[in-house]
Amino acid sequence: MAASDRLGPRALEAQAVLGQVENRPGVPKPDPILVADDVVRRFGGLAAVDVEHVEVQRGSITALIGPNGAGKTTVFNLLTGFDTPDSGDWTFNGRKLAGVAPYKVARLGMVRTFQLTKALSRLTVLDNMRLGATSQRGEKIWASWLPFLWRSQEEEITTRARGLLDRFSMLPKEADFAGSLSGGQRKLLEMARALMVGPELIMLDEPMAGVNPALTQSLLQHIKGIREEGATVLFVEHDMDMVHDISDWVIVMAQGRIIAEGPPGVVMKDPSVIDAYLGAHHTKALTDSGESLTTSPGGEQ
Amino acid sequence: MRRRFATVSMLACLLAALGFLAAPMAMAADDVAIVGTLVSPDGKPVVGVAITVEAEGFSQAATTGADGKFSIPVPKGGTYQVTVDETTLPAGVTLANPDDASRSILVLNGQKRLLFKLSVGGESTNGSSDGAGTDTSDNGLVGQVSQLLVDGVLFGILIALGAVGLNLIFGTTGLTNFSHGELLTLGAFTAIVLNELGINILIAAPLAVVISALLFGWGQNKLLWKPLRRRRTGLIASMVVTIGLAITLRYTILLLFGGSPRSYQQFAGQAGFEIGPVSVTPKSLILAAIASVAIAATVLWLQRSRIGKATRAVSDNPALASATGIDVERVISVVWTLGAGLAAFAGIYLGLTQDVSWNMGQRLLLVMFAAVTLGGLGTIYGAIVGALVVGMFIQLSTLIIPTEMKTVGALFLMIVILLVRPQGILGRRERVG
Amino acid sequence: MDLGFVFGQSITQAIGVTAIIYCLAAMGVNMQFGYTGLLNFGQVAFVAVGAYSVGVIVVTLGLTLWLAIPISIFASVVLALVLGIPTLRLRADYLAIVTIAASEIVRQLVRSIALRDVLGGANGINGKMGQEFHDLNPFPADFELPFLTYTRQDLWVVIVGWALIAVLTLLIWLLVRSPWGRVIKGIREDENAVVSLGKNTYVYKMQALILGGLLGTLGGVIWAVAKQSVQPDNFVPDVTFFAYTIVLLGGAARVFGPIIGAIIFWFLLVFVGEFLNQAIQAGWLDFLEPTDIGPIRFILVGIGLMSLMIFRPQGIFGDKKELALDGR
Repeated sequence: MAASDRLGPRALEAQAVLGQVENRPGVPKPDPILVADDVVRRFGGLAAVDVEHVEVQRGSITALIGPNGAGKTTVFNLLTGFDTPDSGDWTFNGRKLAGVAPYKVARLGMVRTFQLTKALSRLTVLDNMRLGATSQRGEKIWASWLPFLWRSQEEEITTRARGLLDRFSMLPKEADFAGSLSGGQRKLLEMARALMVGPELIMLDEPMAGVNPALTQSLLQHIKGIREEGATVLFVEHDMDMVHDISDWVIVMAQGRIIAEGPPGVVMKDPSVIDAYLGAHHTKALTDSGESLTTSPGGEQ
Repeated sequence: MRRRFATVSMLACLLAALGFLAAPMAMAADDVAIVGTLVSPDGKPVVGVAITVEAEGFSQAATTGADGKFSIPVPKGGTYQVTVDETTLPAGVTLANPDDASRSILVLNGQKRLLFKLSVGGESTNGSSDGAGTDTSDNGLVGQVSQLLVDGVLFGILIALGAVGLNLIFGTTGLTNFSHGELLTLGAFTAIVLNELGINILIAAPLAVVISALLFGWGQNKLLWKPLRRRRTGLIASMVVTIGLAITLRYTILLLFGGSPRSYQQFAGQAGFEIGPVSVTPKSLILAAIASVAIAATVLWLQRSRIGKATRAVSDNPALASATGIDVERVISVVWTLGAGLAAFAGIYLGLTQDVSWNMGQRLLLVMFAAVTLGGLGTIYGAIVGALVVGMFIQLSTLIIPTEMKTVGALFLMIVILLVRPQGILGRRERVG
Repeated sequence: MDLGFVFGQSITQAIGVTAIIYCLAAMGVNMQFGYTGLLNFGQVAFVAVGAYSVGVIVVTLGLTLWLAIPISIFASVVLALVLGIPTLRLRADYLAIVTIAASEIVRQLVRSIALRDVLGGANGINGKMGQEFHDLNPFPADFELPFLTYTRQDLWVVIVGWALIAVLTLLIWLLVRSPWGRVIKGIREDENAVVSLGKNTYVYKMQALILGGLLGTLGGVIWAVAKQSVQPDNFVPDVTFFAYTIVLLGGAARVFGPIIGAIIFWFLLVFVGEFLNQAIQAGWLDFLEPTDIGPIRFILVGIGLMSLMIFRPQGIFGDKKELALDGR
């Protein structure tokens, strides 16, 4: 069951609220931050995504899981404006987002990371972080010749960036080029950088993929920490242990549709979920114990 | 300087009431000259028509003599603007298309056909026809359009040969190859070398295609691109590398072979024949037929053969293809070989119908890009459709815009298409992330 | 063989008028390609816009140079918008294809017979351009040092040109160190990442394209003023790639890169040309003719461009730490 060790107040609250919610696809939730309706995206004739209805509870850590090719990353792309659906509507904090440019989506407080990390290699770690801050006066082209306009803001941003880097134990690396970091450190940097935007909803696309197991635990703690500070987390993951460990709610996709929803312990015993995984991974052995789904390695690279 | 001559035949549309008709005439001069005879369809010479030939820093005028003949010596081979002074045409005779009065032509060794449509009684209300024709301007236009359409399709097939390879390489490696034009040039010059060694072009051409495919396709990939992929050189950096390579190859050819255009020893000055209003040379028809077969074979190969299917899989998603056990490097190697072979064929095609010069491929590169962009980067059918569209557009656009601007028109079309439908006519939208 | 002459010519040209023009064009390429990652393969079109603006306004229309400069800037911005609007939302290669095509469109248009009355056709525009500027020349006579000789007119252009470059370099230095510079460098590394952080990258790319184009246009203005002649066939795509080679020689995304690059580039190019010329005259290289020197210089540029891009994109004086990162 969801890890009960060291649960923060917001975790307890989210789990209490979601405990009252029915376990079925498309179920309404008491306080959704994100609501999507009839979102369809076709590649050629194939419907890569066909989501009738889905809600993400504010203050929760929600996992989006499913076999390879289920359309999880495409859902991320669609919701954040990086891809355009053939049809569909969705709202974030009650604001309609269909047709909104991806940079505006981020400014509204819905910030994503990418499955293949996008550390900006030839920028220093600190500059990567600073880039995340919004409403920077110095980002106007003419303002760069008038440094007194943005100096003080730049100092504030730098202080905030260092604070986050410190929390992610990366402060000693601040002057290094981001390209020199290890895979796991890049994941951390990308997550920290996304936090610089000040998101209400942070969407992590496979935060654990390619991360050294030694870093896994601290990464999990950071994600929990993000929620305790008030943000909502939606993440795509293949690592079932991790899903089990930190999520309050799990949404399962297969072949573009949502086939199950519920708390992790419940969903992973759902026969339709097991079928979906079996359909995709014929060879994967499944135990019939409560911990039914074994860790499935690899991603959709 | 070698003894050379150029002949311009001005062929009247058979349906026109009056036209130029010129018999090819050899000039035994050291220099190149533009010569021709203006004859009306009833065989009488058209006298006293002023004709001007212009090029950069060169201008020469002449008037047709009592026998209808004119001769204008020009300093060297190249592109010339031939202008017919309409005011000096006999009364009642006009050019069907006023823009036609000035045409740019490429003068080389051998014979060049140029069509000037004439019509009689430009103003029909006048009714001042000399009895030979009625409402001929309409027929003239039909004839002209037919000729341009045929030229356009032939040119389109030539572009397609180059564009298919360009697009295959782009599809499988993501590389936009700015040195693809030089693959055409290298192919044409390989054939020139063999040809000048005494091998008939009928044998030299296929030989050159094979040599180019192996040397400049397979070899180039092996020596340059494979190591760069191993170094994980980025695509933007690779594009800059292709530019450097293009410059290196182009000027190496210039250094080795000089700047003056060459021709193959066979089929240089082939006479055309007429099908209705359209005049074509047998060689361009045969070349277009072989090229069509080659393109069709490529398409079939992509659809049917094992390695062809693998190629499409790699184009779709290299990582996935690699994961399913396809040897991506082998596919890329095959694609480079094939692409260079098709490009070499295109170069020889161009060399046989026009001339072989050091920058021939470069001149065609942007047209090939226009074709590929129009059809959709990375889609093979797109490249073919795009090439035909661009070929016909270039030729037909000369009805409206000056001939010297025809390439500009095609490039402009490309930019407009990108604004309206960025993925090209047959392209798909991309997936992000 | 007169090595002194070869050397003198090389030095004179390395900091001469042509080097200044190419330095400005390369500063533009550095802004676009070096900092922002935009592949503008049509930089020569921006140079041509500058040169032809002066030619048309001053010679064809008989107006003043001081009007020609703002008009050239306006035309340059328009060109950047025309190129940027359809392509900057697309993948990098579209911009490359469209810009190189546009540079050929511009060249064919200015050499066209239809527009000959205004733009001079294939002969271009020749005549006094920028007399107002040359009237300000404070130098009384030609300039001669053992290895450095300029005419009075060139000396004035060279001094004003390098002063202009110094000022522009300072402005660019401020620009790329600012948060704005951070955004464009981020775009170069990964545009989608920058978008995901809430930046409207399209606007930044457009700004970088316009700014880089303007630098090229200033080079074109100097071209017209210094050479008093603009011809369409001066503006072939090779000019753009000379600028790329210069940027890579000095190091992409380095503020002083284009300056160092332009000086080294023209020194080497002139040195090779003059040296070969002398060697051929002296009968040392029987297999070559003087007309072969041009192609040889181009071949060297091509090889240089390839090798620099592959092995040392950060420039010949580039830093090792950045080299270690390469391979993306």
